[in-house]
This record gives sequence, C-alpha cells and structure tokens, in this order.
Amino acid sequence: MSVLVDSGTKLVVSGLTGREGSFHGMNNRRYGTDLVAGVTPGKGGQDVEGVPVFDTVHEAVAETGANTSMIFVPPRFAADAILEAADAGIELVVCITEGIPVHDMLRVYTHLRRGPTRLIGPNCPGILSPGKANVGIIPAHFFSEGNVGLVSRSGTLTYQIGNELAQRGFGNSSIVGIGGDPVQGSSFIEIIDLFQADPQTELIVMCGEIGGEDEERAAEHVAEHVDKPVVAYIAGFTAPPGKTMGHAGAIISGSKGTAQAKAEALEAKGVRVGRTPTEVAEIAAEIAGATV
Amino acid sequence: MDLLEYQGKQLFRAHGVPVPDGRPAATVEEAVEAADELGYPVVVKAQVLIGGRGKAGGIKVAGDRSEVEAHAGAILGMDIRGLTVHELYVERASEIAEEYYAAILLDRTAKKPMAMLSRMGGMDVEEIAATDPNAIVRIHVDPLLGFSDFHGRRLAFEAGIAGDVVRPVSVVLAKLYEAFAEEDAVLVEVNPLLVTADREVVALDAKMTVDGNALYRHPDTATFRDVSAEDPQERMAKERGLTFVKLDGDIGILGNGAGLVMSTLDVVAQAGGHPANFLDAGGGSKAEAIVDAVEVILSNRNVRAVLFNIFGGITRCDEVARGLVTAFGQLDVKVPFVVRLDGTNDEEGRRILAEANLPNVTVEKTMDGAAARVVELARSAEAVS
Repeated sequence: MSVLVDSGTKLVVSGLTGREGSFHGMNNRRYGTDLVAGVTPGKGGQDVEGVPVFDTVHEAVAETGANTSMIFVPPRFAADAILEAADAGIELVVCITEGIPVHDMLRVYTHLRRGPTRLIGPNCPGILSPGKANVGIIPAHFFSEGNVGLVSRSGTLTYQIGNELAQRGFGNSSIVGIGGDPVQGSSFIEIIDLFQADPQTELIVMCGEIGGEDEERAAEHVAEHVDKPVVAYIAGFTAPPGKTMGHAGAIISGSKGTAQAKAEALEAKGVRVGRTPTEVAEIAAEIAGATV
Repeated sequence: MDLLEYQGKQLFRAHGVPVPDGRPAATVEEAVEAADELGYPVVVKAQVLIGGRGKAGGIKVAGDRSEVEAHAGAILGMDIRGLTVHELYVERASEIAEEYYAAILLDRTAKKPMAMLSRMGGMDVEEIAATDPNAIVRIHVDPLLGFSDFHGRRLAFEAGIAGDVVRPVSVVLAKLYEAFAEEDAVLVEVNPLLVTADREVVALDAKMTVDGNALYRHPDTATFRDVSAEDPQERMAKERGLTFVKLDGDIGILGNGAGLVMSTLDVVAQAGGHPANFLDAGGGSKAEAIVDAVEVILSNRNVRAVLFNIFGGITRCDEVARGLVTAFGQLDVKVPFVVRLDGTNDEEGRRILAEANLPNVTVEKTMDGAAARVVELARSAEAVS
C-alpha cells in the first residue's frame, strides 16, 4: 500500500504541452505512472510523445478515465485549472505551480472543501509512492519502497531528509509534499491520517517550517489520533521575524509561527524533533530499532 | 508587500473608507505647501514601514506654518528603529472622541478571512489582547460569500462600541473588507479607527499588506514599491531574480530550495556560526544564476566565508560547479568557500571542482560536516583580521 498515488493512478496533466509540464510529465511516465492525457486549451487532438492532448479536462476524463490531475500551468491560470479538474470529477489534484495569489487559493480551498476533490499543494513537489507512481517533480531515483511515510512543506529539504533516511536503510511508503504556501489544499493532519490508516507505513516523518500553526495543530492531532511513531523536523530557527524565507508561507508574523514554538508544541505531545536532518534519521533509526 | 500609511489610505479612499484629508511630502517645502492647502492644525507623520512611529517622535501636531517647518525638518532623515524617514504625510488634524481598532486579515489556520473589532483602539493589538482578551471580537468570513451586513452588526454590538456609531462603523468594516478582497490584501489594519468630536468615523491610520503574487492584477499598487527604502543588497538580489534575505552574521549561504536553505542556516547556527544571508538559488539553478548569487553574497563586506549547500534534485550539481568555476574566473574572490554537493550529478560536480582546483574552496560530503568547516574558516578569518 501507499497513500494518494499508486498503480491505480490515471494521470492527466494540465499544461502537458509546456516546457516544464512535458519534462516532468514524461519523467513521471518513465517512472511507471499511468499518464493518460494532457490538457491544453486549443491543442486538443495533438499528442506529446503519444499521450493524447485534450482541450478540456472534462473531455480528457470522458475519453481516458483519468482520476488524478497534475497542474503545471502559470500562476494566474492555476486556480482556474484546479477548479476545472474538480468540476470534471477528478478525485485528486496535485498543483505544482508556485506564486498563485492567496485570494485565489482562499476561494479554491473553500469551494473544494464542499466537494469530494482533494488538493495537494500548490507550490509543492508532488507525491511519490516508490515503486508505484510518481506525480510531480520529486527525483525518484533517491527513494525506494519501504515503511516510512514522509510529509513535508518543502521540496529539497524533503530530498535531504529522505536521503539521510535512505542511507540508514529506510524506504518510503509515500512522500507527500504539501507545499510552501500560506493556504494549502491539504495540511499535515490530513496526510498523517492517511499514513496512520496505511498498512505499509510504520513510521511517519513530518517536515515543517516557520509560519502558520499547522505543526502545532498536528501535534495535538497526533497525540489524540495517531499511534504510529512520528518524528519531526522544523526548519527556520534562525529566521528573523517579518521576513518571507523563500516560501510565501514561511514567515514569522509578530511572535507567531516560530520554529521554537512548533518544536516545543510537538515535543510537549511526545513527538521527537530532530535538530538537524541527520538527527531526524538517527531518531528514526532508534525508533525503528525499538518498535518497527 | 507592506504599504506606507499614505499608500494604504489612497486605496482606502478608492473603496470609500473615510480618511482625513492629507498630502504626501518629501521635503520641508512640500510639507509647508501641503499644510497651507489643508488648513491648520495639521499632523506631520513619518512614512516608514514600522510600528511605534509616535513614540519615536515621528508624528507631530503643527498649529502653524513655522511648526510644520520645524517638525518636517526634524522628522525627515530621522532614524526610527533602524529605518530612515524619506517621506512625510501631512494630514488635517482630527478631534478624537473614541479610538477603536479594526482589521481584516487572512487567518491561515482557518484558511478564511477574519474580521476584527475592538473598542480599545490606539494601543497595539497584542497589548489589547494582553489587557483584556475579551475586548477583541473576531469573526470569520466565507471568501465565496463575502462580507454581509450581519458581520458588521455582530462585530459592532459584540465589541460594545458606542450605540450611535454602530451603523457607520459597520459600514466602514464592509468597505475595509471590500478593500481587502479587491486589492488582494493579506492584512488591512486601522488603529485607531476614530470617532471624531462630530461623531464621524474615520480611519486615522492605515496598515496594509498586499499579496506580491497578485501585483499583476494591480499595476498601480505595484508602483508603490519603494526601492530607496530597500536594503541595497536585497535590491541587487531581487533585480537578479534571486530569493534573498539579509541577516547580520558573517557566513554567506547559498542553497537550492527554501526549506533546505532555512535548514542550512539552522545547522550553521548550531555549529556556532552566524549566517550573513538566506539565498535560495532555486530549483534547477543554472550556472549564470550561481555567478549572480556569488556576486550578491560577496557584496556584503561582513562575509568572511561562504557555504554552498546543494542537494540536487532538478538542480544538477555539475551546473552548480560550473557556475562556481565561472564566478571565480569573473570575480575577485578573497574569502574561503565550502561546497557540499549531493544528489543529481554530484560526482560530476565534485570532479569539475577538483579539476578547476580553485583556491580556497573546500569540498565536503555532508551538510553537518560542511557547516562545521565553514564556521571554523570564518573564525580563523576573524582571528586574522
């Protein structure tokens, strides 16, 4: 098992004819992901390396049975592309695009909550279930199948931590990048719940950063609803207040959203927090030796 | 992007939020001219993006022309908590009967806009919360439905404001929400929201933060960006399309990906070092971007050593290595570099660096090892200087 994407994933890529969309879409296909369609308005009838392109997501779903969408369109068109995918009945939308206006995301998030579609991202590296499917831009060759579920707000930091884990012999059930924006489709709690329910996952690693309160809320949730071991990492202990640290969501507002507060909230609920990516892997190894 | 008071008030006016009449001024002469047009008394206000202007002496009432001259002269060029005052706002003075607090902001946790009102204005919102947590009323607004009249009524009645201004305050709140939504703001704060002696409701201050990702929809707001107030190094980085934040230490940092760079700063700090900057060269960093980045990092004279921490995913380590070799060819590099290359094409990257045999460049395999090494190098450079 794994979460969100697997061999049953039938992927449609909005923006497949663009440079980034075709590069990563084809990468995902080479990994074994069932890439069934692309969508670019006005380019219906064309194909990208044999993958049919449609004018609308509705048409792509009707023709190919696509159930998962990856969004690779520029920020000003991305909210519309997410809404289109949801309207076409897609169950899972993964939005890679960075720089979507936050008011667009407020409307999209509020709308999606009222229906069955789940959104991952935006501003995220996507989802990898090693050995099964890759939807996004995660460099899959670093990761093998295993029992660690990894959820993160950051891309490269995920690779760093995943790699440290790999060096200690861990593989992954799934790696889920939830994105660095202030308003994300899914937050830690929802992904941790998926890992809790997933039989393959025996250990959960969450990788947070400054800004917002999602890590604090996850700490409360883990204490009440999760019995699998959880190890955490928080980036941004040295970040000054009021400065956006790369990710739109990585900002300490006044005294809120500090790494210190997040680490303390997690530790108060019994979640061990590694102070460096290496330490996260060491803690994981220690826990796995004892319980897994 | 944070807006200055007078810029926020310009947007307030456009959405019908009442504000006192005022004019921006960049010189004493302009301030006097503005005051003469407005009529006395006026308030001369420093325009800087930081709180506590009043306490620092940056807001003064002037009863006549000579007082405007004196205050404008004193405030222009003044340092307010590290920021120099380049601009003033001259405004008609108001007679204060009541001071309230009003705000519309993005509540990230609820993922909804939140409207706030308190009858205890004039002090910092965190101070209000500390004095009397019940004095702040908060209501979430559905972004798809927008602000209804009942939101305004609930806020006004529950905050316990004066009965005769419940209606006008509710109207102002609805207009503030309109400004928040239509200007793509993440924060609109009015403190104080004033009731004048004539029982008129006006926004005496305006604090507004707009979403930089939405500026393409607001070309006029985009021109508000004040490049003269920006740190020159941060400006240089922005012009080159680099994500950069200046810090106060002596170790220059470059990495790829925001999370990894934040983590690098932390690991360097844990090793006893002090980072001089945050610099995310981005996913897929190309050689030219690396040359630009090195130039930006070294433009800070405090930098004694530099750490490159790259975990190649989309970014290829050989590209980064080529960029570094090019940078050393183009720039006069005097400080030591520690380079950690891991991930995509890391062996090729390390081979390129070994062949180039750059002076003062150490290659490390791990992040922790690289951090320890750069801290050591910065310390020995400090001992020498």
